[in-house]
Amino acid sequence: MTTEPSARLMQGDAACAEGAIAAGCYFFAGYPITPATEIAEVLARRLPQVGGRFIQMEDEIASIAAVIGAAVGGAKAMTATSGPGLSLMQENIGYAAMTEIPCVIVDVQRLGPSTGRPTSPSQGDVMAARWGAHGDHPIIALCPSSVRETFDLTVQAFNFAELYRTPVILLLDEVIGHMRERVTLPSPEEIELVERPSTTVPPEWYKPYENFPADVPPLMPFGTGYRYHITGLHHDERGYPTNRSDEVQPWLDRIFRKIERSLSEILLYDADGIENAETLIIAYGATARSARYAVEKARKRGREVGFLALKTLWPFPEEVVEHAAARLHRVVVPEMNMGQIALEVERVIGRHKVRRVNRADGEMIQPAQILAAIEEWA
Amino acid sequence: MTTKQPFNKVKTPRESRVHERYLRHSKKFPNVWCAGCGIGIVMGSIIRAIDDLQLDKNDIAMISGIGCTGRMPVYVDFNTMHTTHGRALAFATGLKMVRPEMKIIVVMGDGDALAIGGNHFIHAARRNIGLTTIVVNNTTYGMTGGQYSPTTPTDAIASTAPYGHIEQPFPIAELAAVSGAAFVARSTVYHVRELEKYIAQAIEKEGFTVVEAVSYCHTTLGRINRWGTAPDMMRRLKEQSVTRRQADGMSEEEKQGLIVRGVFVDRAVPEYTQLYDHIIERAEAEVA
Ligand SMILES: Cc1ncc(C[n+]2csc(CCOP(=O)(O)OP(=O)(O)O)c2C)c(N)n1
Ligand code: SF4
Repeated sequence: MTTEPSARLMQGDAACAEGAIAAGCYFFAGYPITPATEIAEVLARRLPQVGGRFIQMEDEIASIAAVIGAAVGGAKAMTATSGPGLSLMQENIGYAAMTEIPCVIVDVQRLGPSTGRPTSPSQGDVMAARWGAHGDHPIIALCPSSVRETFDLTVQAFNFAELYRTPVILLLDEVIGHMRERVTLPSPEEIELVERPSTTVPPEWYKPYENFPADVPPLMPFGTGYRYHITGLHHDERGYPTNRSDEVQPWLDRIFRKIERSLSEILLYDADGIENAETLIIAYGATARSARYAVEKARKRGREVGFLALKTLWPFPEEVVEHAAARLHRVVVPEMNMGQIALEVERVIGRHKVRRVNRADGEMIQPAQILAAIEEWA
Repeated sequence: MTTKQPFNKVKTPRESRVHERYLRHSKKFPNVWCAGCGIGIVMGSIIRAIDDLQLDKNDIAMISGIGCTGRMPVYVDFNTMHTTHGRALAFATGLKMVRPEMKIIVVMGDGDALAIGGNHFIHAARRNIGLTTIVVNNTTYGMTGGQYSPTTPTDAIASTAPYGHIEQPFPIAELAAVSGAAFVARSTVYHVRELEKYIAQAIEKEGFTVVEAVSYCHTTLGRINRWGTAPDMMRRLKEQSVTRRQADGMSEEEKQGLIVRGVFVDRAVPEYTQLYDHIIERAEAEVA
């Protein structure tokens, strides 16, 4: 691979793998599954080239566990899977949220439920990404709509994971993962990288789960002289199990606070033509491509259409959507599922304003379908 | 047992209460184990083995899954992680990949290691990744209250086998051996000095190493089956176990129901993270 920025034809899955390398990913563990396998294949070759480590585990549960273990050792770490694997990973994603261990989980969505149709696209895992792991916890989920964006958001996923000590789920879909596009990747100097918060306090003072003053306490790697305990049980500031409710609630408040206080950094989206819009389209992932096309078509026909392309799905950009839809009575939400982000949009702006365009048969939503929804309503 | 050869590397008489130097004192931890439980004996054995090997606490990680055995790491002053049920070896695999210089000890109950974690157990052994696995085999699910586990003896009564257990138990040491582990030994919580010795050997040895520490759970499976008090069950471990050498002279019938103690495997197999270093060399050469 050359490091010079030059245009090349690249697949979404490969862009994800290259994004991981660019972000400083040192460890990948995964289990083959269509349409995510290519990410593992590229990283099996690329990671050792840059001194990193790759392992194919015995299943997805082991993969996410190994990723968390590597992150505890100080590595930036990632796994990649599709819906069936995401289901298997959920318990340990909750463990990462509970123990505040940074990690990146890529889910290249395919048509479900169950084995579904492995080579067909879907956006059916949006809610699973948010609520799949049991118990209350915040999560960050990002969703690219092009090959270049896949690269950028993979880097961003690592940055968010490290910065906020949280699992980050990157939701690709089969179209984005398998699509080839001409891309120019940024040079290493152009890429902003962050490291997890760390400390120089003497080890005996170190509190890996301190609630104040920072919302994100430093995380020291195992093997560096900071000996402490990590557990999926509710724990005190030192990481030791606790049964005290007055220690549980402040912790829970903090893990939500650390995300909520940083919404301005975390919420990524593209907004276009919102000011004069009569109708607003809210879309994400591959569907955002159809939507963009439909928006252009509708504008050519003289319609005032605003477009909000979401890149951050979780936390849901409530205020962004509320603001964009404030003056409007018509919001179209197309997605390759039976209505998942639409539920959030409806929650924020009210059900009667929302027109859903759904498709969960393994085919992409056509621009014509979105256009029809715009026209029908106008 | 006390008449056996001392194995200590440190030849001076052992200080009493050596474990005090290895336990955490930063919080008053409640003892989660029942009085008379064997898990504490295994913890003591691990600590003494580490002390004998004179390892630096900073270089040791203890990783567990869920269960009574899974509660062990919180007490010891190492890098410790209490993970999810059955997954400790997978977590440990990731840590070992990025911190190959660390001595990683994985402690699990028999349910943790062989039921929910059985797949990880055989694959970690097959890979021969440098982890020391201590399975506390109390032949039941202690924490959840005496349900049958993958090592519960056939015909025993368990809380989920009220009419008798109809499955056959896994022989843990033999399973580890055929799966590819570099070192495999079995002892019991009665034979503490022997257990300590095997644990020290397992920690020192490169590759995937397994020590099965046969224990008991007098408060659940023991109570249900009327096997007596903790001392009674401890006595059973003494009376119903034989060394490998003794077992060699016995017929299959005579060996029925006996615990065979000893080292089952001690072989040189290339360790996984060391092999991976060669992968890195090859990959770096390819791009150079
Ligand atoms: C995924 C999951 N399933 C079930 C449990 C409930 N559970 C807790 S401990 C345990 C069994 C522990 O038995 P074992 O591993 O033999 O350890 P012991 O308690 O006997 O030391 C079970 C089933 C759990 N915590 N997580
Ligand atoms: S329930 Fe059994 S295994 Fe658990 S602490 Fe008590 S005696 Fe030990």
